[in-house]
Formats: sequence, C-alpha cells, structure tokens
Amino acid sequence: MMLLAVLSGFLLAVAVPALYRVAGRHIGWVLALLPALLTAYFASLIPAISGGESLLIRNQWMPGLGVSLDFMVDGLSLVFALLISGIGTFILIYAGSYLKGHKDLARFYVVMLSFMASMLGLVLSDNLITFFVFWELTSITSYMLIGFNHEDAEARKCALQGLFVTAGGGLVLMAGLILLIFITGSYSFSEILASDLAIHEHGYYTAAAVCILVGAFTKSAQVPFHFWLPNAMAAPTPVSAYLHSATMVKAGVYLLARLNSSMDGDALWSNSLMFFGAATMFTGAYLAFSSTGIKKVLAYSTVMALGTLTMLIGAGTEKAIIAFVCVLVAHSLYKGALFMLAGALDHETGTKDITKMGGLRRSMPRTALITCMAALSLAGLPPLFGFVAKELMFESVLNSPAWSWGLLAAAVASSILVVAVAGLVFLKPFFGPARTTPRQPHDAPFAMLIGPAVLTLLALILGVAPFLPAPLVLDAAVSSVYGSGVQTALALWHGVNVPLILSGISLLAGSLLFVAWQRLHPTLHAVNTAGGRVGPEAGYFRFMLGITQIASWQTRVLQNGVLGVYLLILVLVTFGLTGYTLFTRHGFQLDFDFSNGYFYEFGIALLIVAATVFASVTRSRLGSVASVGVLGFGVALIFIHFSAPDLGITQLLVETLTVILLVLVLFKLPPFVNLSSPWERYRDLTVAVFAGAIMTLLMLAALDIQYFDSISSYYIENSYGLAFGKNIVNVILVDFRQLDTLGEIFVLGLAAMGVYSMVKLRAEDQHKA
Amino acid sequence: MKTNTLILHTAALAIMPLQLMFSVFLLLRGHDEPGGGFIGGLVAASAFVLYAFAFGAESTRKLLRVSPRDILAAGLLFGLASTIPAFWTGQAMLTALWWEVPLPGDGYLKLSTVLIFDIGVYLAVLGTLMTFVISLMESDE
Repeated sequence: MMLLAVLSGFLLAVAVPALYRVAGRHIGWVLALLPALLTAYFASLIPAISGGESLLIRNQWMPGLGVSLDFMVDGLSLVFALLISGIGTFILIYAGSYLKGHKDLARFYVVMLSFMASMLGLVLSDNLITFFVFWELTSITSYMLIGFNHEDAEARKCALQGLFVTAGGGLVLMAGLILLIFITGSYSFSEILASDLAIHEHGYYTAAAVCILVGAFTKSAQVPFHFWLPNAMAAPTPVSAYLHSATMVKAGVYLLARLNSSMDGDALWSNSLMFFGAATMFTGAYLAFSSTGIKKVLAYSTVMALGTLTMLIGAGTEKAIIAFVCVLVAHSLYKGALFMLAGALDHETGTKDITKMGGLRRSMPRTALITCMAALSLAGLPPLFGFVAKELMFESVLNSPAWSWGLLAAAVASSILVVAVAGLVFLKPFFGPARTTPRQPHDAPFAMLIGPAVLTLLALILGVAPFLPAPLVLDAAVSSVYGSGVQTALALWHGVNVPLILSGISLLAGSLLFVAWQRLHPTLHAVNTAGGRVGPEAGYFRFMLGITQIASWQTRVLQNGVLGVYLLILVLVTFGLTGYTLFTRHGFQLDFDFSNGYFYEFGIALLIVAATVFASVTRSRLGSVASVGVLGFGVALIFIHFSAPDLGITQLLVETLTVILLVLVLFKLPPFVNLSSPWERYRDLTVAVFAGAIMTLLMLAALDIQYFDSISSYYIENSYGLAFGKNIVNVILVDFRQLDTLGEIFVLGLAAMGVYSMVKLRAEDQHKA
Repeated sequence: MKTNTLILHTAALAIMPLQLMFSVFLLLRGHDEPGGGFIGGLVAASAFVLYAFAFGAESTRKLLRVSPRDILAAGLLFGLASTIPAFWTGQAMLTALWWEVPLPGDGYLKLSTVLIFDIGVYLAVLGTLMTFVISLMESDE
C-alpha cells in the first residue's frame, strides 16, 4: 500500500496525456484527486505514529546491493508527506487554471506528478541509496519544471543553473552517504538512528559530515549556494509555489533534521548549521527587502526561512526543534499561499513588478483579503501560526547553547526586514493610488483562490488553537528530530516576555523600514549590483566559464578532427597503462609451447596472420575490409574448434554484418589517396606493433596466472538446476548476468541513435544549406 | 543503393523467409542449444540487409512496416518489462520466473520471463542494425 502510494504519482504521470484528451480543461481537478487521496491516506497513519513510534514498511529491490524500497513513517516524514500531498492537491487545481489553454499543459502535469512522487519517496525512504535516487529525481524533475518555457533562453539558463548546483551538491551528498554507510555499516536510516554508535568519533566523520552538509546546503539554497533559488522563479508560478517554497528546497532541511539526532552533540555539525543558517537567514531577508519583482521577493524570503530552519536544527535544543517544526509548517502554509496569490496578481494584472501595482484592493477584494492573512503570517503577527513559530524561534535563539547574541542579532534583523517585506507584498499592490497595469485587473478565478484560502485558513486555525496538532503529529515530529520523546505545549499568548518585546521591536522597526523603502531603494539597488559582481553567483559563472574553456582546450588537443590521432591516443594510453602494470606486476615472460598444437590450428593461425598482413598493405579499400572479415572468420573458426559454438556463430554473423556496414560507409568515400607522410606511417606502425606485442604478452600472462578461482564450474553446475537452461552461454547472458545484458542492449540503442542522428542531421543540414 | 540483378532479387526473395524462420528457431531454442536472442537478432537483421541490398532502403522500410527505431525501442521495453514480474511476486527484481504450460499430448511449453527478455534482445539487435543500415543507405539519396 505504501509502495503504491509513493509510486502512484509516477503511474498517474504516465496516464496524463490520455486523461488530458478526455478531461480537457478540467484536468487539474481530476488529477488533484490523487494527492487528495494520498493526503487522506497519510492522515490515516497519524494514530499509528502519534505516540512517537515509527512504521517500517519493507519492500525488496536489489537485496544483493543493500538497496531496498523500505519506507519509514515517523513524525518527521509524516509531516513532510502531509505537506507534500496536501499542498500538492491545491497546486494541481491551481495550475489547471493558471496555465489554462497552454499547449504543453499535459507535459507540465506529467513532470509535476513525477516530482510529487519523487518528493514523497524522498521523505519516506528508509534506505539511504533509495533516498539518494529520489533526491536526484527531484533535481531532474525540477530542472524540467524550471525550464518549462524552454523556448525562453533565460528560463533554460536558470534551469541549468539550478540543476548544476543541486545535482553537483547531490554528487557530494552521495559521497557523504556512502561514508555514512561505511561508518555505521547500515544502509537504513532507522537502523542508524536506533544505533547508539558515536558517529562523530569515527575517522571518516569529518568528511562525511562536510559532504552531507554541502549536499543539503545546495538543495536548500543556503549561503553561498542561495543564488539558484530566486533564479528558479523562471518557472511557472505553480512550480515556484510548490517546489521552491513548500517541497523541494525543504529536502535538504529534511535530511539535516533526519540525521540530526545521530549527529547531535558534535560541534562541527551544530556550529556549521547555526553559522550558515544564520547567514542565510539574514542574507535572504535583506535580498527580499531590496527586490522589486514579487516572485523574487518571495523567493528570497524563502531563502530566509530555510536559513532559519537550518539554524534551529543547529541550535538543537528541545525548544529549537519545536520551533523548527512550527516554522516548517507555518512557512509551507503561508509561502505556498503567497506564491499562488503572486501568480494570481501576475495573471490578472500582467506584471510581476510591485512598483507597478497599486490600489488593487478595489478590483481584487477577495485576493486582497487572503493575501492580507498570508502576509500577516509571513510577518509573524498574531493571530496567525507564523506568530507562534516566530515567538518560539526567538525563545530558542535566546536559549541557544552557543553564539546566543550573534544569532539573536541576525534573527531580530531578519524579522525586522521580513515585516517590511510582508508590507511590500501586501500593502504595495493593494493600497495606495491605483495604477494602470498591462491588463484590466479583476478577481482571480475560484480554482486559483481555493488553495491560498484553505492554506491561510489552516494557518489561522493553527494560530488561534496551536494546541490542536500537538497530540497528533507535532510531538511525534519533534521527538523524531530531537531523538527522544518530547511533549510540546504551544499557545498563542505567552504573557509579556522577551520574545514578545522583540516581536514588538521588529514590528515597529519593520514598519519604519517599509515607509522608507521608496527612498532606500535606489541605494539598495546600487549596493546589490556592486555586490553581484563579486558574489557567489559571479563565482558560479566564472567556474562554468572555466569548465568550458578547459573543455575546449582539451578538445582542441585531443580531438582535433583527425581520426588517426584519436586512435593513436587511445591505443597508446590503453596499452601504455596495461603494459606498465603487466611489467611491474608480472614481468616479461615469453614461453611458447607448441607441442600440443594440431596442424589445422597452425593453418587457422596462418590464415589470420596472412589476412592481417594483407589488410595493412593493400591499396584497395574493399580488399582491406574483406581481409579484416577473413580475420574475423578465422577467429570464429578458433571458437568453434574449442567448442564454443555460440561465440563462433555470433562472431561469424557480426563479422559479416560489420563488413556490410563498412562497405556501406566506404562506398561514399573518395578514391584512395595517401595523405600521411612516411614518418607518420612509421610512427603508426611502431604504435601498432607495440600494441600487438603488449596484447600478446597479456594473453600469455593470462594463461598462467589465476588470481581467483574460476567461476565457470559454478555456472556449469547451476545452469540447469537454477536457471533451467542447458546452453550455459545463453543462461549467463539472459539470467545470471541479465542486468549486464540489459545494460548492453541499451548501449546498442544509444549507438543506433548516435549513428542515426549523425547521418540524418548532417543530411538535413546539407539540405538546408 | 540498389542492385538490379535478377539473381540477387530471386535469391533474396527465396532466402529471406528461410532466414527469418531460422532466426526465430534460434531465438526459441537458445536456452538449451546454441542460439539465443542475440544470434537470432543478427540472423534476422542479415535477412533484411540482404533484402535491402536487392530492393533498396525504401522497400525495406515498407516491408518492416514500423520504423527500425521503434523495433529497437520495443526491444528495450521487452527487456525492461521482463524484469518487473518478479518484483510483484515479492522477489528481487530480475529474478527469472518460469511457467510450464502443458500441451495436448505428452509435451509442455516452457514459458519464462527469460524468454521475454531474449525476445527483447532479439528486437533490440534487429532494430539497431536496421537503423544503422537503413540510415546509411538513405544518406546518399
């Protein structure tokens, strides 16, 4: 059931094109049924885990490699799963209206559903390898979603940037996870979490922690990798609302939270989380305040929230983890809503620039009301859940085990800025004098407002009654991050205490900043432009440029278009390295033993040698090809002689077809001319003789060395017993080593595509010219 | 490229069906005797190549009915599909499953996911080679 729940997104994605033909413009509502059902299913699991237990659902995948499709449901993963499927439901409905009539709507839903399924797999996986597979799937699907408008060069560039940063981080993460597997000897999160092994005392620990941190930081857009996230706003708004606020960027945070209880108590882990988290929080808040595009503002405020989450995990106290879960939920609710509302504004007015909007409250009253609520939650004002989360954040920063004052300064500065940002998002577009926008504004349609409305309503309910979720999932989620059972007690009103005073200060200072925004803005803009030249994004571009430059340099050197040179390099490198190893490990030995040979074996050998000599001296191309064919037939004869009929037949057929293919190609070449100088020919001859000699020595060496016991007896014994086949060669190909064969037929397919595109595309180019 | 010799035309028409039947024969007996999907695919491809030499690429396309690339894709799909059934019976992916279907009389038919996989290899080899040959032959038109 769990397996089906996770994979159902992929299955439905396959059916989307067909469904689209039937459902037409109602496709969003139809597809939203799946995440709605998933939400219900995950909600039904709540009672099973609310006491802090975790469910483990086992499925085999590749047991020989330690890879399984095991799923673990505990408080943390269930909160994520509920957010993913719950918000996903509204996003799918919203997208149907936002992208109404778009020619690629079906493609959009295919990728979106695949993304949703990958994300569910990511948060529910118990196996580290499976987790990584889903992690990479989210990178790939989000690449396709950011670049959805692929005819736009800017969108393509941003998509590629997101992919490079997240997939590059993914590679580092893989190294980290493998090190973690080495340290713990387990492939499973639940086993790692349950073990009381002191991970941070192991020799690999530093490397593993750094790799995992880099992986999580790239995914969750922490400084200095934060730049890809705002650029990802090139995606259609539903994508931004879903991936870049509620789900994908939280994957890194999820990983940090998942592993936190195992890493707890280590200074490297918690200090880097607090440091980078606080830096990201402040950078995000500042950049949000200084942007003008509504989606950019929201994107940077997401960066800020992600920084807050990271910082809270780093602080690691019980209070901090409670704050972590609350900020996580509060942020997903208001940010999902705000992005959808921003999309509605963009959709109805035709502009994304908040300086060009004003006075929209009259023409879009319902949108204005919902935006007001969501912005209050963003600013952290009562009675929304954002307020509860922010108070908890202040409180845990005050009690942080280290750097309390530094973190507090960053937290207060960020929340001042975020109050101003909330003002920008709500007051700028809806109040002030009405401005003419590219489109005549009117309220957004029902499908676009239902999502934000439900999400903000939830934020309001949770704000007024924050004690509601505690016994259901909150306690369980906090316990699974903290590592031991925790009872939470949330309330909207805590009495007058330090956090409340800090909130008051933020509100006041933030309002002042908002009023001064108009005047500050030119300065901020100048500062950001200057900073952009030396910032991490500039570094990214220099790095990418460096890669292309090195690539073009080495292409000029190694692949200059002369096929002879390619071959020369390949042969020299291969045989040079093999020869080196052979001589240093084995030494030079040459002992032929011809005593057991039959006369016809010598005959075949002679035939092969003669064919080789003829192929290299003849001036006729056809003759050369044919004699290479003779050589191959000679080898086939040897196979048959040594009773390997399968190999013999295959060799014969392959040789025949190779000759035919070569003839087809050679047929088109101009007549034989001699382009190489005598020197080059002697060089080639030397290299060829060298390669042949090494190969001969290698074969002779292979005959008398045996490093491992031969496995052929295993195949002979088990071929019929286990695989019901008498032809061992075939049994090995299609059963014992089926995965290899599967890989090989895919290689065949790739080769066919390569030839096809080379021949066809060239023909088309010539046709155009 | 197309030849107009009567001998090749007649020979191709006579030999080709035999080659195709032989290729299927090789495919099916492959598990117990020399043969198998790879060899079968090569024989089938050589049958179509012979036909292509006699009658040209265009007629070969018509004879094949589907594009060689689709044959290739179908082969890959068969190959992948054969790995799935084991999964649904709770065994590890790629585990071979066997079914013995009794036939009237004494014999029985051995069916298996391995056979499905071998058919996939057969189609993939055939599709790849036909893609090579046909696109190369068409490139000078």
